[in-house]
Amino acid sequence: MRGQEIFNVKQNYKLADAVYRMELEGNASSVTAAGQFVNVKTSGFYLRRPFSVCDFSENSLTIVYKTAGKGTEAFSRVKPGEKLDVLVGLGNGYSLDKSGERPLLIGGGVGIPPLYGLAKRLAAQGREVNVVLGFNTASEIFLEKDFRALGVGVTVTTVDGSYGKKGLVTDVLGSFSYTHHYTCGPRAMLKAVYEKTTGGGSYSLEERMACGFGACLACTCKTTYGHARVCKEGPVFEKEDLVW
Amino acid sequence: MVNLKVNLAGMILDNPVIPSSGTFGYGLDHARYYDLNILGSIAIKGTTLNPRFGNPTPRVAECASGAVCSIGLQNPGVDEVVKTLLPELKKYYRKKVIANACGFSAEEFAEVAARFDASDSVGIIEVNVSCPNVESGLSFGSYPNTVYEVTKKVRKRVKKAVFVKLSPMVADIKEIACAAEEAGADGVTLINAAPAMRIDLKTKKPVLANKKGGLSGKALFPVALRCVYDVYGAVKIPVVGVGGISSAEDVIEMMYAGATAVGVGAENLVEPFACKKIIEELPAAAERCGLVNLADATGAAHR
Repeated sequence: MRGQEIFNVKQNYKLADAVYRMELEGNASSVTAAGQFVNVKTSGFYLRRPFSVCDFSENSLTIVYKTAGKGTEAFSRVKPGEKLDVLVGLGNGYSLDKSGERPLLIGGGVGIPPLYGLAKRLAAQGREVNVVLGFNTASEIFLEKDFRALGVGVTVTTVDGSYGKKGLVTDVLGSFSYTHHYTCGPRAMLKAVYEKTTGGGSYSLEERMACGFGACLACTCKTTYGHARVCKEGPVFEKEDLVW
Repeated sequence: MVNLKVNLAGMILDNPVIPSSGTFGYGLDHARYYDLNILGSIAIKGTTLNPRFGNPTPRVAECASGAVCSIGLQNPGVDEVVKTLLPELKKYYRKKVIANACGFSAEEFAEVAARFDASDSVGIIEVNVSCPNVESGLSFGSYPNTVYEVTKKVRKRVKKAVFVKLSPMVADIKEIACAAEEAGADGVTLINAAPAMRIDLKTKKPVLANKKGGLSGKALFPVALRCVYDVYGAVKIPVVGVGGISSAEDVIEMMYAGATAVGVGAENLVEPFACKKIIEELPAAAERCGLVNLADATGAAHR
């Protein structure tokens, strides 16, 4: 059951260019799957800010986020010890059941964080996990070491070739054999992944939101089964549901 | 003990707090957070005759003390609402709701209202002639003669109480409210979101895909208060005051201006428990204002 909880900020620090990691302590029992998100009140701003959950336990949450405007910039200045008002356990996350033996996880930029929590859980189930992480340039890279520490296969691509393989995540997909793919990233990347992958896939979409729990209808998208709310029916949709 | 009950055009509400149309869906999402039966009533999402996808996204932009939204009346159509969503809501809410009827012609307004009139779940029908986010949405609500025409057509088809929801974006809101009253409305709801927009500094383009939207949130409160104050003095029918309410004090202030009941809007989206908190704080706030019967607050600023 999702709810509204007060979390204690344990850490909030910079990971890479404009990318921060926040660790929170509090009741996170309503987060049940990687790919779910939280909607956080930020002092001085009217709307909450939705963030995907990078990792979670019963009493902790990790959020890895990019500063994109005044709200997230203010969020990056939040100090350890401060309290945050969080709507927790929102949306439907990735289903571990669809994975098969060899899941492939494909993340682009700030879409990468929810794939960490997913990779951790798939690895714990003994799956043979491969992760492809796409960035623009070396200075933007984050979470690579965290993924490697899970013991999963990690391939990094950069658009400018300053680290790992030069190019886009979709340039390296052909070298993998996989039973299911999970992905999160910019819409253009998701569409390219959709076109260049085979078999089943789970896609996490992003949209501007107000409430984050289904009431306002700000984040509606079209699917093969009709209108859906990214915040409620999503943010994770199955490949066959997507309409571009 | 403060008596919170109010009489809204014959419908007795346990308290004057009503989540506003468009900020509460069909109640089902907020039902996950608290027991809806504490509410005075619920104004359900604006509903048209046929299903609508609504406007393209992004549909929401932030501003100081509020948000600019342009949903574009996304809804599954009146028949689906009456057959499926109202019975579903009945599982969580045993009292009657306020149905928000929308249309693109006077005939459509009347048809939607008539279908809601046939539902046992509906207590009041709110005619939304003031949606800022669809073409023609505002045009009905902008002139006394069109408000009169729509209200009259709805009135003929409906037995239940009819409220007309008005826009603040008019030359004289008193004239519009009087037109609704003359056409047989049992009350007016003031105000709908005010036409507004935001522009992205980097792209130089409007933030909303629909370019313009409606301002809601705390920024709207003094605007709504002024409209309610003016209209209370001009009509005999009750007024539901809506716009930027976020506390029990706001509720009382809006009632002082002339509201019989109040709508809580965008606050429901940023604080899912907003209406619950306001209702829980109302008795103490009323007591501090020396009120024994909250209903006595209505129009106090005029006496």
